[in-house]
Amino acid sequence: MAHEATAAPHQHYYVPQPMPWPIMGSIALWLMMLGAVFVFNGMSGGWISIAAGFMVLLYMMFRWFGDVIRESEGMKYGRWEDVSFRWGMSFFIFSEVMFFAAFFGALFYVRVLSVPDLASLQNNEYLWPGFAALWPSAGPTFEQKFSPMAAWGLPAINTLLLLSSGVTVTIAHWALKENKRAMLNLFLFFTVALGVTFLFVQAYEYGHAYSELNLKLTTGVYGSTFFMLTGFHGFHVTVGAIMLSVILGRCLAGHFKPDHHFAFEGVAWYWHFVDVVWLGLFIFVYWL
Amino acid sequence: MSAVVDSHGHGHEHHHDHHGGYSGIMRWITTTNHKDIGTLYLWFSFIMFLVGGAMAMVIRLELFSPGLQWVNPDFFNQMTTMHGLIMVFGAIMPAFVGFANWLIPMQIGAPDMAFARMNNWSFWILPFAASLLVISFFMPGGAPGVGWTMYAPLTVQMGIGMDFTIFAVHLLGMSSIMGSINIITTILNLRAPGMTLMRMPLFCWTWLITAYLLVAAMPVLAGAVTMTLTDRHFGTSFFNAAGGGDPVLYQHIFWFFGHPEVYIIALPAFGVISQVIPAFSRKPLFGYASMVYATSAIAILSFIVWAHHMYTVGMPVTGQLFFMYATTLIAVPTGVKVFNWVATMWKGALSFETPMLFAIGFLFLFTLGGFTGLVLSLAAVDIQLHDTYYVVAHFHYVMAIGAVFAGFAGIYFWLPKWTGRMYDEKLGKWHFWLSTIFINMTFFVQHFSGLAGMPRRVPDYPLMFETWNKISSIGAFGFGLSQFLFLYIVLKAIRSGEKAKDKQWEGADSLEWTHLPSPAPYHSFETQPVIK
Repeated sequence: MAHEATAAPHQHYYVPQPMPWPIMGSIALWLMMLGAVFVFNGMSGGWISIAAGFMVLLYMMFRWFGDVIRESEGMKYGRWEDVSFRWGMSFFIFSEVMFFAAFFGALFYVRVLSVPDLASLQNNEYLWPGFAALWPSAGPTFEQKFSPMAAWGLPAINTLLLLSSGVTVTIAHWALKENKRAMLNLFLFFTVALGVTFLFVQAYEYGHAYSELNLKLTTGVYGSTFFMLTGFHGFHVTVGAIMLSVILGRCLAGHFKPDHHFAFEGVAWYWHFVDVVWLGLFIFVYWL
Repeated sequence: MSAVVDSHGHGHEHHHDHHGGYSGIMRWITTTNHKDIGTLYLWFSFIMFLVGGAMAMVIRLELFSPGLQWVNPDFFNQMTTMHGLIMVFGAIMPAFVGFANWLIPMQIGAPDMAFARMNNWSFWILPFAASLLVISFFMPGGAPGVGWTMYAPLTVQMGIGMDFTIFAVHLLGMSSIMGSINIITTILNLRAPGMTLMRMPLFCWTWLITAYLLVAAMPVLAGAVTMTLTDRHFGTSFFNAAGGGDPVLYQHIFWFFGHPEVYIIALPAFGVISQVIPAFSRKPLFGYASMVYATSAIAILSFIVWAHHMYTVGMPVTGQLFFMYATTLIAVPTGVKVFNWVATMWKGALSFETPMLFAIGFLFLFTLGGFTGLVLSLAAVDIQLHDTYYVVAHFHYVMAIGAVFAGFAGIYFWLPKWTGRMYDEKLGKWHFWLSTIFINMTFFVQHFSGLAGMPRRVPDYPLMFETWNKISSIGAFGFGLSQFLFLYIVLKAIRSGEKAKDKQWEGADSLEWTHLPSPAPYHSFETQPVIK
């Protein structure tokens, strides 16, 4: 076909075989979303649909990632495919940054614009007397008392935990590159442990907020932004910790080589991203 | 090539060699081939085009005469909402992703897309998202009648159909993000040796920038509808002033996505036009580098102009001025593009086959839509015209005419390469003239009813608007029917068209024409060409 087919410097790019996993993923998401709508609207059968969808999703992920791991360990991926994975993961993380940007944007908007605006209406004393533009605010009609989450208690400890986990995952990566497997396994284990501890502390913090501070998802716009931002971050930490555990399992199984371990690096990038988001949360949600 | 699993079947010109052991419908469900997936995208988008078009017919039928004629106002609102959502997310965007799948690997000399399996998932999410939208019609309260922009607080009050729509938007966003990551990676990493970025066909450039816009904008939309969902069911107060939030917050977040979305639709159309016009002018594209820079400039500006959709929400005058000046600035790179297309034709050896007719139609009508956009960018004017049919006319000139005509131009242009067969030139010209006349009948008169104050998204109107609406409805029916001619032309070409030449258009110079036979083999460029 090629009229000037000189030998290209690149070798073959790996193009995988047809497979049924993607459509299975679509079915899983569809079932879970259908179930969620049913649950939200108090209709029966929703949880069954969610559970079924989740099972299909788990099965799909086991099989799809299993294929990818086998291909990777079978040395189907060379330098060329590796560059693709790097671009792919970078842009995936960028899309996650933009997802959090929407919620940070909402936080800045309510703090800078909507709460001050609501407190400076012309006939404010008739509408909602005594409402002042102070942050944290649950809005002009929120009657109960609540306390905001203080920055220098549990959140500061959590900051320390996540930042340390960023250090340990970097040490693990360095050990992998130096082919020091025992050290790799140990520090990767520390990373997972720190991540899980973070999640436990956050769960405890949520319990504290609900039972003692009267700080809930329904506590006006402070509660909304607080729980949406920290909640989505916590979800990302959960996903990151699961991914790190898989990587730890693969390390224990002897996977990865000093010069061939993008799965490790991709997860490490993701973990650092989660870390940076937390710093933003700590500064703008808890501290300032 | 021993390590490559699917290294079978090169040199074949048959499509139906082995497909990894799957056959029948499963071949299409499991495929990892960029050409198969491109075909799926294009057929899906055409079906959605007919579905969304049928909803437009209901709208125009109701507006044929003043007073309530056929449907109740609630159903009318559901029609305008679903028409918008389906046309934007189901028809136009997938159509251009279909083009990207077919063309980008062939134009840059790549064996396939960078992530072939994820490519399959990007497509196969779409039918499931569409099914959620369809299901919402059969739920208590029907589909949401909130407008495609899904503004709070109306969305917070809607019935269960709204939840289906929110999840459908989540799925559509996932599909777009995965597709875009694939396109970016393919272009950045899979170009043939010697195919430098500044040698790429402009279609690849416009898609590279579009994909970047999608990755940046779609997650923001996901965030917006997620906040709607929690406001609906979990008692949050993002869009509720009583809790310190603000419905206008939704508009800001939505249009931060929504304005880049406009260019997500327009830029690939620009790319198609930038391939078609040089081919039929038998001249290289005028000002290639300036086209690249103009495209980038449009993409960057598109993130700082969103509030020009919101001049009437009560922004400070300073805010209005900023968004007005930033918006008018976009006319500069867009003007560069229109100038370059015209300069490409200048003193060219022009011929007017169907793709070129649609491209020239695009050039005139998109520019007209751009000018009305410039009118609307002026805050003082927009406050008068906001939510009138003038706005409807404006964005249908850039989308329903601009993007759709570019899509037709691209399909007529590449159909010989895809199928190996030529369409009927005479019928193609009929399709062009019928479409052009009827679509202008539909939308040109809406400028007048809009200027006279007719509001959009209302099923009834005063008698004074009757003439314009009758003309508009007749035009819409004519345009809708003309598309069955298009379907017939495509099917006829596939079944019994004349055999196409490898380089069907003498002025076409990208790799799919110069290096590949017609039809393009199932696997192309397994060994990359070297570009000199």
